[in-house]
Amino acid sequence: MLIANDITVQLGHRTILSNVNFNAQPGTVTAIVGPNGSGKTTLLRALSGDVDYSGQVLLNGCDTRQLKSWELAAERAVLPQASTLAFPFTVIEVVRIGLQSGTSGETDSVAMQALNLVGLPHYANRFFQELSGGEQQRVQLARVLAQVWDPVLDGTPRWLLLDEPVASLDIGHQLQIMDIARNFAHAGGGVITVMHDLNLTALYADSVAVLAHGSVLAHDSPMQVMTDAILSKAYECSVKVNTPPPSGFTYLLPHSAGLATVSQDSL
Amino acid sequence: MVSLSDVPLTKDRFQTARAAHLWLVLLLVSVSVTSLAVGASGTSLWGAFAKILSGQSLSQMEKVVLWDIRAPRLLLGISVGAALAVAGAVMQGLFRNPLADPGLVGVSAGAGLGAISAIVLGSTLPIGIVALAGNALIPVAAFFGGWLSTIVLYRVATRGGRTSVATMLLAGIALGALAGALSGILVYIADDRQLRDLTFWGLGSLAGATWGKVAVAAPIILLSILGAFTLGRGLNGLALGEVTAHHIGIPVQRMKNLSILVVAAATGAAVAVSGGIGFIGIVVPHLLRLWTGPDHRTLLINAALLGASLLLLADVISRVIIAPAELPIGIVTAVLGAPVFLWILLRRRGMVDL
Ligand SMILES: Nc1ncnc2c1ncn2[C@@H]1O[C@H](COP(=O)(O)OP(=O)(O)OP(=O)(O)O)[C@@H](O)[C@H]1O
Ligand SMILES: [Mg+2]
Repeated sequence: MLIANDITVQLGHRTILSNVNFNAQPGTVTAIVGPNGSGKTTLLRALSGDVDYSGQVLLNGCDTRQLKSWELAAERAVLPQASTLAFPFTVIEVVRIGLQSGTSGETDSVAMQALNLVGLPHYANRFFQELSGGEQQRVQLARVLAQVWDPVLDGTPRWLLLDEPVASLDIGHQLQIMDIARNFAHAGGGVITVMHDLNLTALYADSVAVLAHGSVLAHDSPMQVMTDAILSKAYECSVKVNTPPPSGFTYLLPHSAGLATVSQDSL
Repeated sequence: MVSLSDVPLTKDRFQTARAAHLWLVLLLVSVSVTSLAVGASGTSLWGAFAKILSGQSLSQMEKVVLWDIRAPRLLLGISVGAALAVAGAVMQGLFRNPLADPGLVGVSAGAGLGAISAIVLGSTLPIGIVALAGNALIPVAAFFGGWLSTIVLYRVATRGGRTSVATMLLAGIALGALAGALSGILVYIADDRQLRDLTFWGLGSLAGATWGKVAVAAPIILLSILGAFTLGRGLNGLALGEVTAHHIGIPVQRMKNLSILVVAAATGAAVAVSGGIGFIGIVVPHLLRLWTGPDHRTLLINAALLGASLLLLADVISRVIIAPAELPIGIVTAVLGAPVFLWILLRRRGMVDL
């Protein structure tokens, strides 16, 4: 269980998040959606302990402020929205950086399996900086996966906190990565992911939190949350949610009349 | 999906780097023997060995040359070379940039200012402090000078966990100039005896090596290098940025403080006993990254070994090239190191972060 109580974040005299309550269950994928600047990344940073906040974050029952950074790292891994790398590390070396030790056969095979999962095993010895943006994103995801390789360790669920994990990926890899996230959750781990693609959110999320102007507008199952009214209010534009008949094929593109369309065949 | 056994790890650089430890130890041993064997006096190391083996006693000349001159010089060279290379590697890891180097960005100049202050102003200190510090006064002052400049530099160049290379280099120039100017003022007010000390110190040379200097510098350097060896995983994490380093469980603030301490102590001790010797800190880690990759867990150990070897080599060159006179070793390292540095710049020209 991950619980955030009454989180308020102020950055440079601006209140970015005000009195946010949020929780996520292990075994499920929890999506955070909302317009640009609504505070999704900031909420994730508060959950991962990167930003000063008032309020309390409980990770598996422990106040994250009381945990040492390595204790936190054993229970949760974080994929940032953007990443950098200094020095010419190879792909496999980047994946290994997150592991406690990179020498023994076991951690080595975890790193390789993680790379395999994101579909880049043959890139192991290439230089990270020479990869394309999407490939780099997938390597970073492999690094994050390797860090919390077992979704449940000693009976405690572990957590993936992902900030727009599929933002720079093609549609095939979007599905692949979301499948990995879902499998992690179904194996008992917890997944919290910031999403912009509402179709994918509808397809993969077990619960959805909608953020707008630094507060939670709604947080419930996708069926309850992803309605014309809530989404239109959150995104300040008119959004039409389609629920095709059970046998019907879903269409993904927004209407040319400026209406965004959200498929709900998975609901 | 590809089966994992289909993917050979063609070149695991970690294994190469581990093997490199051994090669570099062999290199250090052979350079050390050379350093003991070569010198202006023509005393033969082998002759001395043969005498010892056959039970003869060494001549007074041999004892003085080998034990009082060459041996401390050897140990001082090893210490200073390892210190400069490790300080460079740690600083580059801390600033996340291969161009950071204590000599280049004003840390050595700050340490130098500290050392000069100790030489010139030391006599004005309460006699008790001077007595207490003894031989360590100059290294300790150099440490504080280096420490202060590293902190100022880090504060100026790093914002929100990101270091601007341009700011770092420019701030380094400013710090170096300031330290140089203040040092100039101190030299101006120094009396004759202090001036003699200063000239000796400022030569940038191992020529003044004594057992006393070894006793002061070597322990500080050994401690800071051992401290640096604990930073390997942390500096690797820092390569991914401060935030990610925290995510993977690295106590970032503590690690940064220790890095700054290590850089200041190693640079301070090295500068205090040998003046400003440049380029070791930038060339050694760079060569090693080309050879075995940037993994700091092995890089720092290899840097200590290669740094010691290269400095000893430069010292041997400086002793034989215009024998019986001696070239200051700083000239040798600059002549060899500066072109390598320019070559690094050329190779990196196309990259975004420079
Ligand atoms: N360090 C900072 N200092 C001041 N304001 C900040 C800082 N970081 C973020 N903000 C502001 O906080 C607000 C929320 O930012 P946040 O990054 O959480 O948005 P987001 O929902 O993740 O947006 P996006 O969809 O574009 O990623 C923005 O208005 C942003 O300008
Ligand atoms: Mg964001």
